[in-house]
Amino acid sequence: MNPAPTDDDLEALVDGTLDPARAAELEDWLAANPAEAERVRRRRAQVDGLHRLFDPVLDEPIPARLRVAAFRRRRLSPLLLRVAAALLLLLMGGAGGWGLRGLAAGRGEAVPQMAAEALTAHVVFAAEIRHPVEVAASERAHLVAWLSKRLGAELKVPDLSAAGFSLVGGRLLPAASGPAAQFMYENGDGRRVTLYLRRNPDAGATAFRFAAQGGVEAFYWLDGPLGYALSGDVERGRLMEMAKAVYHQLEG
Amino acid sequence: MSEESLIEAEIPRLRRYARALSGDAVLADDLVQDCLERALSARARRRAECSLRAWLFTILRNVWTDELRRRRARPETELDDTAAVPPSQMDRLRVHDLAQALERLAPEQREAVLLVGLEGMSYAEAAAVADIPLGTLMSRLKRGRDRLDQLMNDGEPVLRRVK
Repeated sequence: MNPAPTDDDLEALVDGTLDPARAAELEDWLAANPAEAERVRRRRAQVDGLHRLFDPVLDEPIPARLRVAAFRRRRLSPLLLRVAAALLLLLMGGAGGWGLRGLAAGRGEAVPQMAAEALTAHVVFAAEIRHPVEVAASERAHLVAWLSKRLGAELKVPDLSAAGFSLVGGRLLPAASGPAAQFMYENGDGRRVTLYLRRNPDAGATAFRFAAQGGVEAFYWLDGPLGYALSGDVERGRLMEMAKAVYHQLEG
Repeated sequence: MSEESLIEAEIPRLRRYARALSGDAVLADDLVQDCLERALSARARRRAECSLRAWLFTILRNVWTDELRRRRARPETELDDTAAVPPSQMDRLRVHDLAQALERLAPEQREAVLLVGLEGMSYAEAAAVADIPLGTLMSRLKRGRDRLDQLMNDGEPVLRRVK
């Protein structure tokens, strides 16, 4: 007989992923170890219970709104977008801005206001079901002209395709200091990053800084007329590379 | 079969998983709808080594992660109804209802338990969908199952095995 099975062996027994010979060996071992046998029995009961609870969903008719054909007919609803923008205002103003309570990773200092605004806007709109942007990437020229006019600075949309992210679109946002803009990107796995831009009244420049809040991380910097923050739930080194790419593309 | 019909064939499983993850039928369908929109717009960028099913579940997972984060950020969001019970007392409550016990799991443990136990994914597939190393998946699975067991069986502590 092999040595006593590991936890992973017992999980694999529950999940039926062992080869039959090894499974039979474990069953023999369990016969002599009632406490472990009981644990395995309860785990199997859990798996059965999950199927009893949720398998009926498989037999429900698929709601019309989830049929693939339904997606081609839909257009963005401007009304809902206004509601989302109002929510953001509430969120940022109402409770003193929950975002402002965030802490810079590992250091305990408050996230500066621009980073907090960017992270809040990311959290709110990256989760937006169906209306993540006001103007879609298909109207790129209009998007850029519109947001440039509102911010009073010439904006460019950086290309993040080298990192696997393509533009979803953008939106206008309220910030403490006036209007701000957000460009949203998405990769093939549905992961989103956002680039937040707002005026930089002092027109100075800074190095990259890092901020994090609630599982989302951001690199932010000031550069001439604008301040930038790139936020997302991607590995920090990759986010840094993307922030650098944005910086280089926007330079000059 | 066209790719669209292949995607459509996965919808029942996506709905089942979303229902189990979120515990809410309406929200679950919102999550699936968002997942499908992201999938249809990202079709061209799907990595070739990823099966259609694993890819769709990965997108659904990312949609759900975004949603969880937004909920936590919203100050007026209700905490779950168990939050009012002191934890020591809660641990002793007998929860016969698997659905309730599931909702009390930490989201990352719930994810592991459902991907493997309900969706029948291999450990490697589940780890890829959850975007974590295999060892992390195994430990979340084990801890999640121990916790469910504890919640459903008089709160008896489960014997810890030492490797």
